[in-house]
Amino acid sequence: MNIPANLKYTKEHEWISLDGDIATIGITDFAQKELGDIVFVEVETVGQQLGAQEVFGTVEAVKTVSDLYLPVAGTILELNADLAAEPEAVNSDPYGNGWMVKVKVDSIADVEALLDAEAYQNLIG
Amino acid sequence: MKNTPFTAKHIALGAKMAEFAGYNMPISYSSINDEHATVRNVAGVFDVSHMGEFIISGPNALDLIQRITTNDAAKLTEGKAQYSCFPNEQGGIIDDLIVYCFVPNEKYMLVVNASNIEKDWNWVVKNNTNNATIENISEKTALLAIQGPKATELMQSLTDVELANLKYYTFAVGTFAGVENVIISATGYTGSGGVEIYFEDKGDDAAKIWDAIMETGAPKGLKPIGLGARDTLRLEKGFCLYGNDIDDTTSPIEAGLGWITKFTKDFTAKDIIAGVKEAGAKRKLVGLEMVDKGIPRHGYDIKDAAGNVIGVVTSGTQGPSLGKAIGIAYVAKENAAEGTEVFVAVRDKALKATVVKMPFLN
Repeated sequence: MNIPANLKYTKEHEWISLDGDIATIGITDFAQKELGDIVFVEVETVGQQLGAQEVFGTVEAVKTVSDLYLPVAGTILELNADLAAEPEAVNSDPYGNGWMVKVKVDSIADVEALLDAEAYQNLIG
Repeated sequence: MKNTPFTAKHIALGAKMAEFAGYNMPISYSSINDEHATVRNVAGVFDVSHMGEFIISGPNALDLIQRITTNDAAKLTEGKAQYSCFPNEQGGIIDDLIVYCFVPNEKYMLVVNASNIEKDWNWVVKNNTNNATIENISEKTALLAIQGPKATELMQSLTDVELANLKYYTFAVGTFAGVENVIISATGYTGSGGVEIYFEDKGDDAAKIWDAIMETGAPKGLKPIGLGARDTLRLEKGFCLYGNDIDDTTSPIEAGLGWITKFTKDFTAKDIIAGVKEAGAKRKLVGLEMVDKGIPRHGYDIKDAAGNVIGVVTSGTQGPSLGKAIGIAYVAKENAAEGTEVFVAVRDKALKATVVKMPFLN
């Protein structure tokens, strides 16, 4: 299982990386394996300010659907537009081309409080 | 949780495992899309040993089967199989099954769904009022489905039975991978052709057969396939899944199973089911193809343009071979005509879909 050391994680199996106060968010390698082949990612919250743990979108796989939870409070800036044509990037490159949204976070400290790679590894066992 | 004779093989292959009908079953090995395409284009092997098998024999065997199933088992000759269902006293469906005829009037095998083995067996026992000889061999029977356009060609070297000559819904008993008394049946749940093989789980026969299938088939592209792709494969062909599309409350007439319901003989709740047929079913099981972007799932409501609930989705998926989202649903008969525009309630949205003819994939 691929769990990059430089990212933060949630128990809902999302990852987050921070550049200034702009976060990039996606789902983990573990999550994409559990969901299976991704058909599309739906995010209709671009421009909205959401609280931590609010649903910002859904991910539809062949056999299942799952909500996407915002790890920290912030404003949804953009959806990864390339996923419309290539949703399978979430499966093949979950931490790279499979990223889902960029978010302006309300507080950088919120991100620092999330799980680190080791804690996430322990969570998924 | 119970194991099948192949559970250790699946785990060794790295399959994603999950409990299904009390068994530890493989859901997928590589990915649903990859496994689905493998079966549509080449061949795949499924462990479906969790399914149930009952042997009904003796002079009263046919009488018992005729009374508890909807199809006409008297039509079966040696080596033929038939899709059927057990109706309940209210005219619903206890289970769907396949009836295999070994000796007409004398020996049959009923193959039932894993999740219903106990319910079905109790029903057979309760209705066995004329003392047919009945045996539940589910626990000791292994079942593999080898499915796909290349399945029979790839498996031919393992058996003395001429697989190419085996017509759909017929079977033969022969040697397979050196194991004797294997039932080889030209049936399956994928719509892509192939065979299903039943054999007694004894000694190392199961491992021998699995290994022979993989050694013979894998170099030509055969792969193991999990229950995930089994579901997408059957859905594209419009095959019903018990517990989703049919259950104790659905009539075979509503479910489009009139073709396996023969009113020329007597069976449980015949009058009730005939009444549904005469009056016309109030709802019908139909195929749905999504127009808007979205995937119908089991339990989602179907609405008309005015927002009235007119039905419910019983199965749904992205169809890997179709590249489209499809579903099976019960809708009111007024909305069941091909081409009718309906709306699927996906979370807080009403997404447009069209009623289409099944199978989705020819």
